[in-house]
Amino acid sequence: MIEKAFQGSKGYWTWIACLLAVIAIGGMFYVQQWNYGLGITGMSRDVSWGLYISQFTFLVGVAAGGLMLVLPYYLHNYKEFGRITILGEFMAIAAVVMCLMFIIADLGQPMRALNVLLHPTPQSMLFWDMVVLNGYLALNLICGWAILHSEYKGVKYSNWVKPFIYLSIPWAISIHTVTAFLYAGLPGRDYWLTAILAPRFLASAFAAGPALLLIIALIIERNTLFRVGQVAKDKLVTIISYAAIINFFFLACEFFSAYYSQYPSKMYTKDYLFFGLEKDGSIFNNLVPYMQASVVIGLIGIAMIFYARSKKSDLLLGISCGLIFLSLWIDKGLGMVLGGFVPNPMGQVTQYYPTIPELGITAAVWATGFLILTILYKVAISVKLEKEL
Amino acid sequence: MKKDRRDFLKLAGCAAVAGVGSSTAFHSLLRGEAEAAGLRRAGTKKEKTGVRLGMVIDIQKFLDDQDLARRCIRVCHQIHNVPEFGNPKDEIKWLWTDRFEHVFVKDTHYRQAQHLQGMPVLTLCNHCDNPPCVRACPTKATFKKADGIVGMDYHRCIGCRFCMAACPYGARSFNWRDPRGMDEHGRSFIRELNPDYPARTMGVVEKCNFCSKRLAQGKLPACVEEAAGAEAMFFGDLNDPNSEVSRVLREKFTIQRRPSLGTYPSVFYII
Repeated sequence: MIEKAFQGSKGYWTWIACLLAVIAIGGMFYVQQWNYGLGITGMSRDVSWGLYISQFTFLVGVAAGGLMLVLPYYLHNYKEFGRITILGEFMAIAAVVMCLMFIIADLGQPMRALNVLLHPTPQSMLFWDMVVLNGYLALNLICGWAILHSEYKGVKYSNWVKPFIYLSIPWAISIHTVTAFLYAGLPGRDYWLTAILAPRFLASAFAAGPALLLIIALIIERNTLFRVGQVAKDKLVTIISYAAIINFFFLACEFFSAYYSQYPSKMYTKDYLFFGLEKDGSIFNNLVPYMQASVVIGLIGIAMIFYARSKKSDLLLGISCGLIFLSLWIDKGLGMVLGGFVPNPMGQVTQYYPTIPELGITAAVWATGFLILTILYKVAISVKLEKEL
Repeated sequence: MKKDRRDFLKLAGCAAVAGVGSSTAFHSLLRGEAEAAGLRRAGTKKEKTGVRLGMVIDIQKFLDDQDLARRCIRVCHQIHNVPEFGNPKDEIKWLWTDRFEHVFVKDTHYRQAQHLQGMPVLTLCNHCDNPPCVRACPTKATFKKADGIVGMDYHRCIGCRFCMAACPYGARSFNWRDPRGMDEHGRSFIRELNPDYPARTMGVVEKCNFCSKRLAQGKLPACVEEAAGAEAMFFGDLNDPNSEVSRVLREKFTIQRRPSLGTYPSVFYII
């Protein structure tokens, strides 16, 4: 089956070559980081997590978002998703691999990563995050590959796969819940210390994951004979738009409880992220343009996705999904993690700017994810088209 | 008829269980157990068991002797091989001073005494009774010892910095680069290497350990020893009513950093 990944058009190989180039450049930056230490990044004593962990957090959501395709098909027998369920599972694999790579990139002593297994610490949320992420990766590898392989052989998948499929459904929720718990259980970090964090994470995940998937599906439709189907696309639009709306509703809830209560430590980070925080005569606002754009872009994306559906326009659909994805990426892949550190628990402000090596390594991890995604999708679509034509 | 009897029996059973439960609760309240359970975390129960080390810092004494804090920090950082990178981004600190309003965060304090604003306050790891950093650590590289000291195993730390996110006091530092290296002028980051204490590698977290190595030798923490002449710092067993630290805590009004977080710090301040 894997041989399908080695047969492709010129465009396919150009894309692979581009990804490999980004990975190679990032690899060189990682060597630099390995030798110098994490001091090569923009992180500091005050902002001790940066781009790596924020990307990890966002991508856990993308991985969990695959659930929105698996659940209707397997649990509710929603046949229209039959063609894209495998895409959701494979997207989850690529996203979880990226998550694990970002964690490794963020470790000060990556050679000691196995200490998490050698000294299991059940009271640490990071331990459970390791358990659920690796478990989810295994579940999706098992389910995705077994189902595609039986399709390849032209038979229905075996019954032994079913328990794994059903297990993967609550497991998808667990990965993002536990990731939210990493943040939501820390005293003194008021931006994170909110019971609504896990629901917020899930809402944004269930919008961002399917949005990315729909964009990719549209690209595949343009370049291959594979068709997602209008009904499936419409259903995805419903899922994406409602999840995105709920995400913004939750954000509004956070704003209400902070500003109506006038509770200072709840307001500071939101001031810093969305309006600019005045402290000792200077205004700190390096994330304000991004966070404001995130809200505006997200709302435009939601309005547009409904319009795109009514017009049955794939181009508009792609753009609106792109906007929603970008909005959620800024909110979670940037503001969510940095907001926990600025201002710090002592009320001091240290702003964070990622460095070139940090951006290079981040790009390389994303490129690796897209490489995995490309190869898996190439195999999946080749198998599906072969059976249909 | 039959159904009624069953219902009656159910009701009687529930009432009996509730009755038994309430009377026990009532009795325990009479005996003062409920109060003890409620205050357990505040240390009332802990007083009776084992050693719990703590520290008292007298802020006024440090005002009287402006150089004292600098001397304490120097001796601490010197014996523990704390590197000096010369920039706040990479900075590592075990014992340091910060402005009063940062150490005791109270933005809502209306008209606080003017002399407190900007006053340098000595701060360090609080060695909390309920340490969030220990809860967060995925490898037990940071742990709480029986005597209340929150320790660090530099050789087990994977450098995930979850403990730094968890600590609400900014007491933890990370080795963003190799502390045993040199700056561009060929000067070692560790000014004068103390062979009696390990230097760290890059990529691990470190912090004050209440001088546990000195304590094992029967000595006081280095900063307390330095401040002994000025009677500015006190150290000892909080559970021993005869210890000096217990005496000071009985006699003076002290405050703690961010008590509302429920971390129960072992460092107290006389204002």
